[in-house]
Amino acid sequence: MTHVLDPDALSDDARALSVPLPPYRDVTRSDSAFRAFLHGLPGVDQVGAEARVAQLGTRSIKTTSKAWAIDTAISMVDLTTLEGADTPGKVRSLAAKAMRPDPTDPSCPRVAAVCVYGDLAGVAREALGDSGVHVAAVATAFPSGRASRAVKLADVRDAVQNGADEIDMVIDRGAFLSGRYLDVYEEIVAVKEACGEAHLKVILETGELVTLDNVRRASWIAMLAGGDFIKTSTGKVSPAATLPVGLVMLEAVRDFRVATGRQVGFKPAGGIRTTKDAVKHLVLINETVGRDWLDPGWFRFGASSLLNDLLLQRQKLRTGHYSGPDHVSVD
Amino acid sequence: MIGNDRLAVRKTYKLYVNGAFPRSESGRTYEVTDAKGHFLANAARASRKDARDAVVAARGAFAKWSGATAYNRGQVLYRVAEVMEGRHAQFCEEVAAGEGLSASKARAAVDAAIDRWVWYAGWTDKLGAVLGGANPVAGPYFDFSTPEPTGVVAVLAPQQSSLLGLVSVLAPVLATGNTAVVVTSKDRPLPAVTLAEVLATSDVPGGVVNLLTGDAEELGTWLAEHADVDGIDLTGAPLNRAMEFEREAAGTIKRVVRPPATEPDWTADPGLTRMTPFLETKTVWHPIGL
Amino acid sequence: MTAPTVPSQPSPFEYAPAPESRSIVDIAPSYGLFIDGEFVDGTGESFKTVNPATEEVLTEVASGSDADVDRAVRAARRAFEKTWGPMRPADRGKYLFRIARLLQERAREFAVLESLDNGKPIRESRDVDVPLAAAHFFYYAGWADKLDHVGLGTRPRPLGVAGQVIPWNFPLLMLAWKVAPALAAGNTVVLKPAETTPLTALLFAEVCRQADLPAGVVNIVTGAGETGRAVVEHDDVDKVAFTGSTDVGRSIARAVAGTRKKLTLELGGKAANIVFDDAPIDQAVEGIVQGIFFNQGHVCCAGSRLLVQESIHDEVIASLQRRIGTLRVGDPLDKNTDIGAINSAEQLARIRELSDIGEAEGAQRWQPACELPDRGFWYPPTIFTDVSPAHRIARDEIFGPVLSVLTFRTPDEAVAKANNTTYGLSAGIWSEKGSRILKIADQLRAGVVWANTFNKFDPTSPFGGYKQSGYGREGGRHGLAAYLEGAEQ
Repeated sequence: MTHVLDPDALSDDARALSVPLPPYRDVTRSDSAFRAFLHGLPGVDQVGAEARVAQLGTRSIKTTSKAWAIDTAISMVDLTTLEGADTPGKVRSLAAKAMRPDPTDPSCPRVAAVCVYGDLAGVAREALGDSGVHVAAVATAFPSGRASRAVKLADVRDAVQNGADEIDMVIDRGAFLSGRYLDVYEEIVAVKEACGEAHLKVILETGELVTLDNVRRASWIAMLAGGDFIKTSTGKVSPAATLPVGLVMLEAVRDFRVATGRQVGFKPAGGIRTTKDAVKHLVLINETVGRDWLDPGWFRFGASSLLNDLLLQRQKLRTGHYSGPDHVSVD
Repeated sequence: MIGNDRLAVRKTYKLYVNGAFPRSESGRTYEVTDAKGHFLANAARASRKDARDAVVAARGAFAKWSGATAYNRGQVLYRVAEVMEGRHAQFCEEVAAGEGLSASKARAAVDAAIDRWVWYAGWTDKLGAVLGGANPVAGPYFDFSTPEPTGVVAVLAPQQSSLLGLVSVLAPVLATGNTAVVVTSKDRPLPAVTLAEVLATSDVPGGVVNLLTGDAEELGTWLAEHADVDGIDLTGAPLNRAMEFEREAAGTIKRVVRPPATEPDWTADPGLTRMTPFLETKTVWHPIGL
Repeated sequence: MTAPTVPSQPSPFEYAPAPESRSIVDIAPSYGLFIDGEFVDGTGESFKTVNPATEEVLTEVASGSDADVDRAVRAARRAFEKTWGPMRPADRGKYLFRIARLLQERAREFAVLESLDNGKPIRESRDVDVPLAAAHFFYYAGWADKLDHVGLGTRPRPLGVAGQVIPWNFPLLMLAWKVAPALAAGNTVVLKPAETTPLTALLFAEVCRQADLPAGVVNIVTGAGETGRAVVEHDDVDKVAFTGSTDVGRSIARAVAGTRKKLTLELGGKAANIVFDDAPIDQAVEGIVQGIFFNQGHVCCAGSRLLVQESIHDEVIASLQRRIGTLRVGDPLDKNTDIGAINSAEQLARIRELSDIGEAEGAQRWQPACELPDRGFWYPPTIFTDVSPAHRIARDEIFGPVLSVLTFRTPDEAVAKANNTTYGLSAGIWSEKGSRILKIADQLRAGVVWANTFNKFDPTSPFGGYKQSGYGREGGRHGLAAYLEGAEQ
């Protein structure tokens, strides 16, 4: 279903929300003020950021820590299918896997959410029932975001109405790259309003923002606008969830909480395929923002094939021997 | 110097410190004779305190001189050659008298001294390319090395070659951007004082060169020990004291040029050998990223 | 929203121990000296070398006497005259390439041995010390047959026998910095490793044998200060190269005064790490950490004086403290260790003494809560705030994981404070403004300036100090020139 809205007509609630938390109340008062604020954020030295994540990549996670990391990672997965060929059947089978990732082992935790296109949110909702697994839907003309604001907001409302309790929106990268930061901000505010009770994850599509300075600015726009999570990528653009991007976004949520008291979650998505990748992200969280974010309420992996590798590694830890793809389910 | 029927006005030979010509604060002078022992002049005999003042002057002049562009330093040194050329005859007379050279040999020495300034003037803006450069490090960094002056350099000038030798040890110190405190040849100081007059009337800023007439044996100790002297050229040090000076210089890790066993042929091409001892290499790293 | 099920394990992400296997190294009960291609007994008393993380005795090592040093210098002289000197330069280069490859092949062994003997974290010995040591040999190997192209004078000649004395902070790497250019230039060497860290040099001797390096080209004489003095003062040594404290450097400069010996010195430092208010703050904080806590701060070029612009002082200190809280201090062989053991009881005592003086002088000491092992030599990462330029902790080299924080208001003040030291080895600048970086870099009196990075090293990049941090350069063409006659530095 669609609703035709005046894109400039924010409701009163949204206007109230559109004022950022202190101490940032006045940074969105004008385009130039917002620009000055965003460009006044500390720069990011790319080489230094890469060196930091490379060093963290040498952390060696063994035995009990590894078991904990694998289970934690499974519980943080937004199990995702975002293909044109998606069908209700595909979504139902994914939902089944989400609830019981390893049918042979009831101690295996369920994943955090199933992530689908909005039209299939209802199928997912029905399949997941009261399992506690969330239904996340991508919206706002995902993945390009190239549609009028009215269409984007309608897309959001439709997904929520279909049963999504989490919305993964994309920012307007065109507006961002042409310096119209306030447009980007206001659109997120409007989407947040359209979400109602649903949780909003804001996808920056960092592969199109290119520089880490832009990643930091976009993160702040999303957080100031009320996003509950900031998310790296759609998964449709490469590079996606690189570790340096993760580092910068985690620094952003860390600094934002220090400044405003509000905690924002982080979701890397795209390109995280192996347990090793996932563990590197957990290490990154652990040493950048600390244990407060080591929780599915504050951290998610947007992934599809990752889950199977986590399950294989989990089996290996449990049984002591290596396994193969036939020992986990084809999705 | 003596005209037919006119009584000449003689020159008082003084020190050259911080762009001025003071007498020694000690009030001491000593008699300078020509190679045959005839009286030429009374020269100021610099003291420990004169050396101290000279170091203060050299330190004060260092920031500006070392911060000048290499092109500018080259022009200033070339200007020294130009002004020397105008005093060519006077230098010839003084060198001939002091060193006991024939007129033609004295002229050759003065010519060579002037040409040496020209040679070093041309070096100032080549050193960066010859001694520095970009270093291809194995990582995402731009890394480059540049030669920079050491600082205040004390020079014990050669005892024999009073002008060519002096220029040969002084010009490289200046070309590289250092400032200098020079103790001249003890017995043959007059060309040095005339050179000071040239420096004062060319474009060399005051304090960049400080010339002390007197005894290297006496002053060498103070300069070698002085904690605000960064390097010392012992070329003109008495051989029996050079080791001691070097030991004293070790107290503040000074850069030291040891004296040769005998005075070298100053007309030979010096290459870089007199510039590199008073150059530091600075290496700067910066990441390369977006 | 309702939280999904969280795994039942405790939530703190405690990394389980991940020790590197020690079994890769085989330490003999005792070691002799490596002279003329053979391990021989020393005539001096032998001494023990301990693992500073446990105080366990690793082995006994011979102490070279004057007679032993004389034997080594004679072997080096013979090799210089008979084999290494006359050898085709290309072949000298090939030996060095061989050594580089052997270091790579046995990298893990060297790394573990270095961490055992020195106390540094395996992550650093594995990822920094050993690969860089191999890189130095690889780099200088290529120079051996290109000396005419050093670019500074034609037909440069080797000096002869080089006497080299190296410190305990980067035992193998400092060996490589000394031995590789010396051999590439055609010299032979007598090297004295530091008393507390002789083992990787002795393993290097074994590598020389595996490479079939001709006897006498490399001689390794272990021992303490007296052995070093014998090397430096030996009449038949043509070149002295020393890395270590400024005090010892002074005495070496005195000892070689009046001789023909060429000298290069790489001495102490008290580097300023300058953080401007427009710095990339997160990377600057990493750089501060890397600058002072790398190798437990046992680094001559450590960024031991943090100069932070007053306007961001509190923010930077808060970030720094949070970051230091994540540093893992402990077993050097654990792959997750960030800060290992202090190299010796003596060094630990000095660090403690200077830190106590810092507190007594009125600076504020801050250390994270961290548990230190019961045995061994340990000191937690430490920062001092409210440090005045007159305090001893702002002037003396501590050579430990202790940072002194000072502030500045303007760029001129930053430069003045940075240069206000008798040292001049290194400095750091953090700013996003290119022109400012170049201006400040130009004004700093220091041999290495790291802008928006710190503690980076490369064989192509000259390294060495201004002022009382020494003279001569190691690395690059400059490092080669230090071992040649007729070529300039």
